[in-house]
Formats: sequence, structure tokens, C-alpha cells
Amino acid sequence: MTLALDTLGRLESEAIHIFREVAGEFDRPVILFSGGKDSTLLLHLAIKAFYPAPVPFPLLHVDTGHNFDEVIEFRDRVVAQHGLRLEVAKVQDWIDDGRLEERPDGTRNPLQTVPLLDSITQHKYDAVFGGGRRDEERARAKERIFSLRTAFGQWDPKRQRPELWNLYNGRHRAGEHVRVFPLSNWTELDVWNYIEREGIELPDIYYSHQRDVFLRDGMWLAEGPWGTARDGETLLRKTVRYRTVGDGSCTGAVESDAADIHAVIAEVSASRLTERGATRADDRLSEAAMEDRKREGYF
Amino acid sequence: MSDLLRLATAGSVDDGKSTLVGRLLYDTKSVLADTLDAVHRASADRGLATPDLSLLVDGLRSEREQGITIDVAYRYFATPKRSFVLADTPGHVQYTRNTVTGASTAQLAVLLVDARKGVIEQTRRHAAVLALLGVPRLVLAVNKIDLVDYDEVTFSRIAKEFTAHATALGYTEDAVVEIPVSALAGDNVVDKSANTPWYSGPTLLEHLENVPVEPDPHDAPFRFPVQYVIRPRTAEHLDYRGYAGLIAAGTVKPGDEIVVLPSGRRSTVTKIDTADGELTEAAAGQSVTLLLADDIDISRGDLISVAGNEPTVTDELDATLCWLAEKPLRPGARVLVKHGTRTVQAMVTDLRDRFDEQNLSSVDSPSSLELNEIGRVALRLAEPVPLDDYSFSRRTGSFLVIDASDGSTLAAGLVGAPLPLLEDGVESCTGGGVNATPDTHALVSPGP
Repeated sequence: MTLALDTLGRLESEAIHIFREVAGEFDRPVILFSGGKDSTLLLHLAIKAFYPAPVPFPLLHVDTGHNFDEVIEFRDRVVAQHGLRLEVAKVQDWIDDGRLEERPDGTRNPLQTVPLLDSITQHKYDAVFGGGRRDEERARAKERIFSLRTAFGQWDPKRQRPELWNLYNGRHRAGEHVRVFPLSNWTELDVWNYIEREGIELPDIYYSHQRDVFLRDGMWLAEGPWGTARDGETLLRKTVRYRTVGDGSCTGAVESDAADIHAVIAEVSASRLTERGATRADDRLSEAAMEDRKREGYF
Repeated sequence: MSDLLRLATAGSVDDGKSTLVGRLLYDTKSVLADTLDAVHRASADRGLATPDLSLLVDGLRSEREQGITIDVAYRYFATPKRSFVLADTPGHVQYTRNTVTGASTAQLAVLLVDARKGVIEQTRRHAAVLALLGVPRLVLAVNKIDLVDYDEVTFSRIAKEFTAHATALGYTEDAVVEIPVSALAGDNVVDKSANTPWYSGPTLLEHLENVPVEPDPHDAPFRFPVQYVIRPRTAEHLDYRGYAGLIAAGTVKPGDEIVVLPSGRRSTVTKIDTADGELTEAAAGQSVTLLLADDIDISRGDLISVAGNEPTVTDELDATLCWLAEKPLRPGARVLVKHGTRTVQAMVTDLRDRFDEQNLSSVDSPSSLELNEIGRVALRLAEPVPLDDYSFSRRTGSFLVIDASDGSTLAAGLVGAPLPLLEDGVESCTGGGVNATPDTHALVSPGP
């Protein structure tokens, strides 16, 4: 028996260590959980970290209302299966009572920031686990594993704490909170390889299926409560899958025949596009779109 | 051979670090098409004729505006031989603290110099920081070799000067490799350059793929900081009481005699538990849960050690600090010390000396320690803590110094004096430092 860990073993061990540090040092942590693949992986690692005890944190979903039914069904099933507590902050509620305004382009991803920060304040969450990875985007590459946010939820990249060895400094003042990213060092391929190795179930939309889609800004968007094809756009039946799952109005599908995990891994290995570049309209807004949203308090 | 190498880059501003990292990513085809398109577009917007590869890594708006790197960026790339986690650290003096951050977990560091300037103050400073933090291997990338017309004499002179400095810091000759490169033109980064026929060594990537990686400290005595006590209190696991943590050093098996520190209580490991089932043995780097034969009082912050080879439990220690805060350190300062999973109050009772990384000497009894300065201090702790020397264990010999009022991280702390301070300057490197000899000094096993 060899005791040396392989890459996935190291990543898993690091993530478990991070979960346990937060459990030991914070009073009211919460895991952001949407039912997407990164948050499903996050929950899987949390379950392993505290086995055989239950996960000592509740879950929070900031719900844009622009959901894929399969993902919501999956989310609720996973929550019930593990006896977890799920808090849902609905963007729609914030729009209905006037705290938020619908954007002209109909996209609700950027609208998640306010309900997220309001929920953090209301529930006094002091540590918020997110599934962000440094390989996703240039601004995320500069993110710490423990990332301090001001009372306004803001991230100041110039004032980040140095993160030394595996000693995490989670001290914060009242009203401040810390975002924690246990998947910081994972790549998209690591995530898929680990999902295969652990046999983790995901919503079906990550695997190829038939769906009515239309082409907008070079992305295949599905129709839904957020709208459908406009003039000049044609609804077509395609074999597609999703590489990321977010707000339905701005998350694109990719044409794919990858019907199972092995095919997905082969496809991701060969892909010449990043998952965000391929499927997220909101990251295309400007050169610093992600940095700007992170400064405001986005995930 | 290990499939993962953690490396850090260091060097002065404008030496071309971001361009070199961009080149590594670009030439290993780790950059995907949409990212590359964005770089091409942004380069064209700036009126550049060729893509500016530094835009691949300089992710923040102010970095792109100023054309410099401000914060540590982590990059991931892989070749068929290895996966790499790369910490790209900034070169400005005011961001040296980020070099400390990148170096704390690195198994190898790539230090850049500009071939036109050679070894400069910042090179010596960074090399000292890397040696202090125990980065086992160095690469000196002599960059912009195209701007000195690929001149062998220039390269050899810089390599020789750097080797002398690194040797004085305690590096053996086979731990240091010098490579002539041009990050901009691509010479000797991934592909061998036709412009340097006089250079017979590996390209940078060849070296990174083949350099031996020091294994986790499996041979060291067992050390296990307790993070969390797992007590399910369910019908199925009514009496379960497990101690969760990441093994910092050594190995453990059921039946091993252990000591809990600082209390000194003894017990025996009965079971090593994980969510994937029990293990017959576990080693440094693994996150596990230990169950013990006796029901003794153990909580977060305690350290479980092998019996018979234990760390020193003390409330007074000598340590080396890399000061990372704007606010200077003065004798008498009250701070918090986070060591392993325990945070205790502490007082800096004495500033013994400040390290002068330019000529590897020390200045006695300085009145303060300023941002980016390294010095030896005496600390008194509010309660006894189990400590290993940093040169013995990178994981249980390190600690953070934290500001008790605002929670910020003030310093990287290393138990003992991991660098040999050389009283008489560089020549005396074989004469032994204040309390270390070159062959027993800081080049320890890497962290995770």
C-alpha cells in the first residue's frame, strides 16, 4: 500500500481540512448550494469531512427564479436525502417589494448579490462557503481560500491577507464575514475526474439530451420563464448539455453527445474553450466583469 | 515520481514574470481559445503588434492599467508528466509579503532576473526569503537574454554570482539551476532555443517536469493538530468520539502510543476513520479522524504526537518573523499567535536582531521591524504550546502573528532561526552561523 496521495487525494484532503477549520473557528457558517456541479461537489466534501456526524452547517440558495426544473428537483432531493436545512433567498421577492429592479436585458445573475448580502446580514452568517475555483477566471485566480468581506460584502483585492502554509486566518469584526473557497485549487477537469471517482450524482442537464434552443451572441440558450427566441432567432431541437448551470437567461448549452461521465471527461479534456467563456453571457460584459461583481459582493 | 509540483515565481518588477508564466501556459497549450481571443483583442486595443502574454495572468483592473502584478495569482497547468500549481507573485518591494505567501507552500521557486541588470537587491532579498521559508529548490531564469544578444559570458557571470549567493544561503549546487530564457521570444521556456547553442541544460519546462520533488515528511515523527471533535450522538454512533485533523508529519497506525499536548495525557490509537472506511495506516497530508482507547479530554487546538519523540511544550520561544504589515513591530507588542489549530495571546519581549539579506549579516537589537523586514524575536505566550523547530518541521514549526484588534495577519513566524546568519558576511558560509551549520539548516520537507 502506498501512502502517497495522488492529485485528487490531495485536493480532497485540503478541502476537508478547510471545512473542519471553519467548523472549529466560526459560529454561523453556511454553504451556498444551487444544485449545480460545483456546489454538489462542495456538499459531498462537507459530508465526508464530518462523517459519521451530520454536516454542521445549513445551505443557502440564492434563487434567480430562472431555474432549470431538473436542477431544482435535484436540489430538493439531495437536501431531503441528507436531512439538511436549506434556506432559499428568491430574487423575485426582492423585485416584488422593490428592493431590486429587473435589468433591461432580463438577466438575473448580477441581481443575486443583494439577496445574498441581505441573507448574510439577516442570518448573521460569518462564513460563507462557495464553490469558486481559481482556474475559472483571472480575477478569481487572485482569490484567497479565506477571503474577508467588509460589512458591505465588498472584496478589496489590494487588502487581501497573506495566506501562509495551511494556516488560515478567519478573524473578522462584527458584521464582516469570510467567504471560504475549498475548491480553490481544483480545475474543471479535476472536478469531473473526482465526480467520476466518487460516483457523485448530478442533475441530468450536465449530460447530453434533446432541448429546444436558440442562438444568441454565439450561445445556445433554452427557452423558459425568462423568455424565448426573439425576431430573427429560431428555436431548434438540438442535442446539448450544460457545462455550468446558472441563471437560465444567460447560461448557454453546448452541443454535445457526451451522455455519461466518461464522455464528459473526454470532452472537457479536449475542449478549447473555458467553461465560463463557453456558457456564461454575464462574464462577457467587460474585461473586468467578474472583478467588478466580486468587489460588489458577488459569489 | 510525484504527479504534482507546487512552484512559485519571484523576481523584481519588470523582469517579465507574468510574461514568463503566460509563455508557460501558452506553450503548454494550457490557455483555451476564448481566453486567448480575449488577450488578442485586449492587446490590439492597446495598440500592440503581438499578444501581450502577461494579460493572461494580470487579472485585476489596476494591474492591467499599471502593467504590473499586484497580488499572488494561482495558475494551474499540466503536461503528460505532471500537474503544476503555480503561485505567480509580484515583484514590487511593497508586495514582498506575497512572495512570502507563495513561498510558504512551494516545492520549487523560479527566480527571474533581467539579463541586462543581473543580480540586484531584490534578487538577493527574494532568494533569502525563499531560503528562509525552506523552499527546497531554486531555478534562476536569466530573462531577456535576447536583449544581451544571447551572450554566454553575461549569462555565466550572472549564474556564478547567483550560485555564490544561494550557496551562502545554504543551497547545495544541485538544488539550484540557472537557465537563459526569453519569455517574450520563447527561448528555452518550453522549446530549446537555437539562439543559445552554448547552453546544454534543460529548458525551463523540461526541468519542472523532471526535477525530483521532496516527498511529504513521512519519515518524521507523527504530528496531528486536532481541528475538530466529531461526536455524532446518533443511535448508530452513540459513543463515537473522533478527533479530526490533517496529519502534519509522519505516519500513524492503530496500536500506536500517542501523547496529547500540551496536557501530556497518553493513550493508544484504536482506529483511523474516514468517510471511505477505516485505514490500516495513514501519513502526512491525509485528512483523517483518530479514535483513541481512553476517554480523555481533547479539544481543538491540542496536538497529538507520537509518544517518545515529542515537540517541546513551552510558553517562551525564539522565532524568526517576516514582518508583513505597514505598522512596524516594536518590543513589547501584544499580538495573537496562531500555531496549528491553536490561537494564543503573546507578547514580543525582545527584538534580537534584524536580518540584512544584502550581505547575509545581522543588525543587533533594532528598535523596530518594518514592513518586509526579517528578524529574530523572543516571544512569551499566555499558555504553553507544543513547538517544533521550523527546520525540523515546516508544518508544526510555523505560525501566524495576528493583530488582536483588527484581525489582520502581521507576520509569518518560524520557530527558531532557520537561516544561518553569517557574522562575517558571505565568505564565511562554511564557518557556521549563529546557531546553525549549513548542512543542518532550513531546507526542509515541503508543505502540502
